[in-house]
This record gives sequence, structure tokens and C-alpha cells, in this order.
Amino acid sequence: MRAIRIVLLCFWLCTYTGAPASAHKPSDSYLSFTVEPEQLRAQWDIALRDLDYAVGLDSNADGAITWGELRAREPEVTAYALSRLQVEADGKSCPLTPDGYLVDSHSDGAYAVLQLKVGCPRDASALDVRYNLFFDLDPQHRGLLSLKSADQTRTAIFSPTQSTQHLEVRTSALLQFLDFAREGIWHIWIGFDHILFLLTLLLPAVLERRDGKWQPVKNLPAAFANVLKIVTAFTIAHSITLTLATLGVVQLPSRLVESVIAASVILAALNNLVPLVKSRLWAIAFVFGLIHGFGFASVLADLNLPQSGLLLALFGFNVGVELGQLAIVAAFLPVAFLLRNTWFYRQITLTGGSIAVAVVASVWLAERVFDWKVLPF
Amino acid sequence: MLQHRHYLGLLLAAGQLLAGATAATAKPFVPANDAQVLERLRIKPADPVERELQSLRARLTQKPGDLPLALTLAKRYIERGRLDSDPRYNGYAQAALAPWWDAAQPPTDVLVMRATLKQSTHNFDGAIADLDAAIKADPRNSQAWVTRALIMQVRGEYKNAKRDCVPLLQLSTQLVGVTCLAGVASLNGQADRSYNLLERVLKGTPKASNDEKLWALTVMGETAHRRNQPTLAEKHFKSAMALGPDSYLLGAYADFLLDEKRPEAVIALLKDQTRADGLLLRLAIAEAAIGSPAYSGHRAALEARFAAGRARNDSVHRREEARFLLLIGQPGPALKLALENWAVQREPADARVLLEAALASRDPKAAAPALAFLEESRLEDSYIARLTKQLKV
Repeated sequence: MRAIRIVLLCFWLCTYTGAPASAHKPSDSYLSFTVEPEQLRAQWDIALRDLDYAVGLDSNADGAITWGELRAREPEVTAYALSRLQVEADGKSCPLTPDGYLVDSHSDGAYAVLQLKVGCPRDASALDVRYNLFFDLDPQHRGLLSLKSADQTRTAIFSPTQSTQHLEVRTSALLQFLDFAREGIWHIWIGFDHILFLLTLLLPAVLERRDGKWQPVKNLPAAFANVLKIVTAFTIAHSITLTLATLGVVQLPSRLVESVIAASVILAALNNLVPLVKSRLWAIAFVFGLIHGFGFASVLADLNLPQSGLLLALFGFNVGVELGQLAIVAAFLPVAFLLRNTWFYRQITLTGGSIAVAVVASVWLAERVFDWKVLPF
Repeated sequence: MLQHRHYLGLLLAAGQLLAGATAATAKPFVPANDAQVLERLRIKPADPVERELQSLRARLTQKPGDLPLALTLAKRYIERGRLDSDPRYNGYAQAALAPWWDAAQPPTDVLVMRATLKQSTHNFDGAIADLDAAIKADPRNSQAWVTRALIMQVRGEYKNAKRDCVPLLQLSTQLVGVTCLAGVASLNGQADRSYNLLERVLKGTPKASNDEKLWALTVMGETAHRRNQPTLAEKHFKSAMALGPDSYLLGAYADFLLDEKRPEAVIALLKDQTRADGLLLRLAIAEAAIGSPAYSGHRAALEARFAAGRARNDSVHRREEARFLLLIGQPGPALKLALENWAVQREPADARVLLEAALASRDPKAAAPALAFLEESRLEDSYIARLTKQLKV
């Protein structure tokens, strides 16, 4: 009983408090473009009062607009608004794709929030926005435009006498570079297969084979040299193929690439358990690094590369991948070096870890070869 | 591999959403259920006036060139907007007049209505030009004369304002003509005579319309207020309120009560008038005076509204915003706005906010243009006289 009362109370409070009498002000809509690395996005806040006046929202004519009523009119609202907004990039029309239908409140009441993907090419240097919302119904309506990019925000006002606006969107080369570097870091961090491959190869780097057994290396420089060789080989190799694939010189089917990447992880793990390649782990890193490079390339392709700054983007992305990799190595090496003498490191971490990696990577391989979905990562 | 990444991305995005939901900043949201009320329309669709507006609008959509229909609808919208302090209706009225809006020589009635709408956005020059044309085309158009008289009065052009009031004595009722004249002359060194004349004429025309009486009583209340006759002022404001309050009257009455140091009375008067910025401002001033907990919310609301006005380049609320900035202790920006405002309009309230801002920013020189104007126009206003004295010390 008590629980029910609390729910009802909350419903009443949540619905009715925090909604003081709204101001009366002239009609405005808020159209905000945001330049993101992958996509130009727009958010368009339009007052419910204005939409009600234009297309009718209060279906049951009780003087209150509910979420149900607004939701039911989503197609009409979206069609009405989008037919009054055109975006062009360098003279070519950019399609507007609805990507969210929400609600927000402004100083004069509730607004519908249309989130849009704006299909302009990434390398667009200027946008021309044509805006004609409500001018026929209320010439005192204004469209308040803003364009946010990494380095600045520009604003402009649409009115019946100024219904188009021209906005430069060119971002500086440095910012574009940093954008892609950030993407690179992000993608190595969430690319578990790359991380596992690298870590699996690095596990024995603080050890060496003597008398058919793993023995700790003598000093830090020796361990560091091993790690450096492996990481450098991996980096050079995937940079080569990442570049070749991005420039379109070599293309490999993505399922094949992904499957071989999974296989590479299995092989690296098995090599820790039954070492075939003992001292030249860097060679494994190089050979399979070539395949991992194709994997990075498919991510980069998903980011809608700008044609104008392709090399810069590629370089930025690669620098990001290396930085992410470096962070992983920097965290790994000291810990592994300190633990290298212990039973725990050799048995649990190296052997147990490698078995676990091999199992996970085998499932990946099966998933990718047969197009199944088993693991959540 | 990509799909794994997307899954992770989704998890991360969900995490960010959860984090965002707890943050205090307002963000677009998806309401919890269909029954949630997002907006209450002030006027229900079943309201008879609203139904009439809708049917007029529908008919005009069919026949957009129907001049009498367009004029009727525009007039209804302007009235509705005035009653509700809602500027959106001015925009609707302008839309009804769209076929004639940009015309060089539209019909006289359109000119007058266009002028009314232009002055509501403080385009005084545009409004005067339209009224000049209307009066030239139809010298017997009383609406044109009274509108021009009021704009001239707001701009402090008292000679022109009186000239425009005179024809009203013939073209309109005696009360309208005298109220128009008394309103101007009470600011122009003849407060006593104006007040007595208006009192006599009001007594002599018991059958005047409520609107006319309301205007006369408001002018009398304001005049008595300026002359520091609080008992008389209150009497007139109360009689006017009984005729049906409008926003202008509520503002004038509230200003009187604030000067009388009666913030509680202001709160009682305006507590339900939070939609109109000017009235919310006076309510907030009263709340600040008694340390009411409601003040902080209303202050934030005003800040948001002035910001919204600035975002669309509106200059309609400069006087109110300057007064607000004084309230929140920003005399520098207040003075800047008050000066900009003074360049456009010169009512006693405009002079007052400028003098107060100049005093608060210790910049008495900034008030010089207003002081010169006040001296020349011989305004009789006890509060402004006190400010003037302080500025001249």
C-alpha cells in the first residue's frame, strides 16, 4: 500500500512541480549544429505552442499537450519542420536524417527537440542554411542558429528578411589532427583484440628461455629492449597496411581480416605455452601487425574521412593508436618486470593468462568465421 | 570486430546518459510516460474567443486577400495579446496582414494596425511614418491620431503629442481627448491643471466606456503618484483595477506600491502575473525587499528571459533589464542599457532608471542628457526630484 502511495505522489509531483507559469515571449526556435569528428549533427528546439499553432498537437482539445499527443504527431512534426530547413555544403544539398525526438524546457515553456544527422561531407568548408519555419504564421518568429565546432561557436539569427545564413566550418589542421588522434586512442582502447595480441606477445618479454624453461631476464634494459622490439615491429607493420588500405592501394575483405586477427591472438597465446618462436617475438609482431593494420583501416573508413586532409587524418589516427599502445605498455612493463621472478607471474599470468587468451580468441575466431555472436565484447 | 566495438560504445554511451541524468543541467529528455503533461495552453481550444480566432484564421487561410477579414483577425489577435501580455499574438496579427505588410501604400486601416505592431517592437520611426501616411490619407482617423500621440509622448516629444491629441476632442469622445492631453501635459509642467481637468471631465461623463475610464484613472493615478499624493493615487489605481486590470495598470500600480515601501502589497497584486516580464520584475523587486524565498527563482527566470531576448536581438526590454541589473547589483551594465534606452524612449520611468544607474555607478555626468531633458520639460515627479538633487550634490 505504502509503495503505491509513494509512486502516485511521485507521479503527481514529478508531473506538476517545477513547471511554474512560463513566460510570454516572442516565438523563437533554437537550431544548433555541432561539428563532430564523425558527423555533423543538429539539434532543433521548437516550442510546443508554436507547433500546436502550426500543426495541432492538443488532439483531445483539453488545453494540455501530453507526451503521448506529441509522440503521436512525430511524423507530422518532423515532416513539417524538415520541409522548412535546407542545408547545403559547398553548393550540394545535405540530407537531414531524424535521429532523436525528445523534449526540453526553455524560459517560455516546453519545446520539442528534433535531433538530426546532417549528411554533409566531412570536409565541407562552408554551410548554407535556409530556414523558413513559422515565418508564414508569425513573421516575428526568429530562428536562433548556432554552430559549434571544437574551437568556436558562431551564432546568427534567421528572420523573414534574412532566411539564409552562410557559415564557414573549416576547422584548423591542428584540430583535425587532434580529433583523429583522439579517435585513434579511443579505438585501440576499445579494440580488445589488438590489446590482447600485444599483451600476449609482451608477457614473455620480461623472461627468456634457458634450459627449456622460462627464466627472468637479468635487468630492466634487457626487458625494455625486448618490449621495444616487439612494439616497434607491430607499429611499423600496422602503419604500413593501415596506410595502404586507407589510400585504397590494398583492400581485403573485412571478415577475413577480422578472422586472421583472432587467429593471430590464438597463435601468440599458444606460442607462450609451447614456444616455437623463442627469441624473435618481434617477427610475429611484425607479420601479424600487417593484418591488424587492415583492422584499424576499417575503423578509420567508418569515420568518413575528409578527402582534403586524408593524410593528416591518417597520420593523426596512427599517432593516436601509438599513444594508446604506449600507455598500455607503460602500465604493463614495470609491473611485469617486478613480478617476473615470482611463481605467480610465470604460472598464473603467463601460462594461465595465455590459456585464457587462447580460449577467448578461439571464440572470436569461430564468431568471425561463422558470423555468430557469443561474447559481449 | 566492429560490432563488438559498437556494443561497447553503446555501454559507454549508456553510462554517460546515466551520469548525465544525475547532473543538474537541463538536457533534452524522453518523458517517462504518455500521460505526462508537457505544456498547458493558456487558452483552451474550447474557449469561445479562441474558437472565434480559429474560425477567422481558417477563413482567412481560404481567402488571404480578404481585407476586412484580415483586419478583424489582426485586431482580435492584438487585443488578445494585450490582455495576455503575449507578444506571439502580435506576430499572428502581422501574418494576417501579410499581403499588405510590405506595401508602400496599403489601405489606411492597415497602416494604423501596422504602426501599432511596429511600435510594439519599438520601431517608432516606422510606426510614425505609417501614421503620417494614414493621417494624410484620412485626417479623421482617430485611432491614427491617438496612436501617434502616445508614441510622441513616449519619445518625450510633448509638443507633437499635444498637437496630435487636439483632433481627438472632435473625432473621439471628450474623455479620450482630455485624457490624451492631460496625460501629456501632466509630464510637461502642468500636472495640477491636467489632473483637475481630467477629474472634472471624468465626473461629467459617467457613461464613458470602461476602456476610456480605465485610461483616465490610470493617468490620474500616475499623476498623483508623481506628485506624492499617495492616498489619491491609490484611490485611482483601485478604481481602475475594478474596471478590469491590464498589464500597464498593474505595472503602474506596483511601481506606486514599491515607492510606498509596501512590497507585501506588490506580491499580493502580482503573484499570479509571472508571465509578463515587466510584472515579474516588479514582483521580484518586492520579494527581494522582504527577503522572500521566491526571489531566487524569479531572479533566475528573469535572467533567462532577458538572455532569450538578447539572443534574438530584441531591444524591447532595455528599460526593464536595466532596472533588473540595478536590482542584482550590476550598476555598470545597467547604466549602459539605461543610456541606450534613453536614446529611444523618454518616459519618467526611463529617466528614473537612468538617474538611478548613474547614481549607483557614481557617474553623475552620464545622467546629464536626462537631467537637461527633465529640466526643459518641467516634469513634476517627487522621486525623480530627489534623485536629481542627489546627482547634483
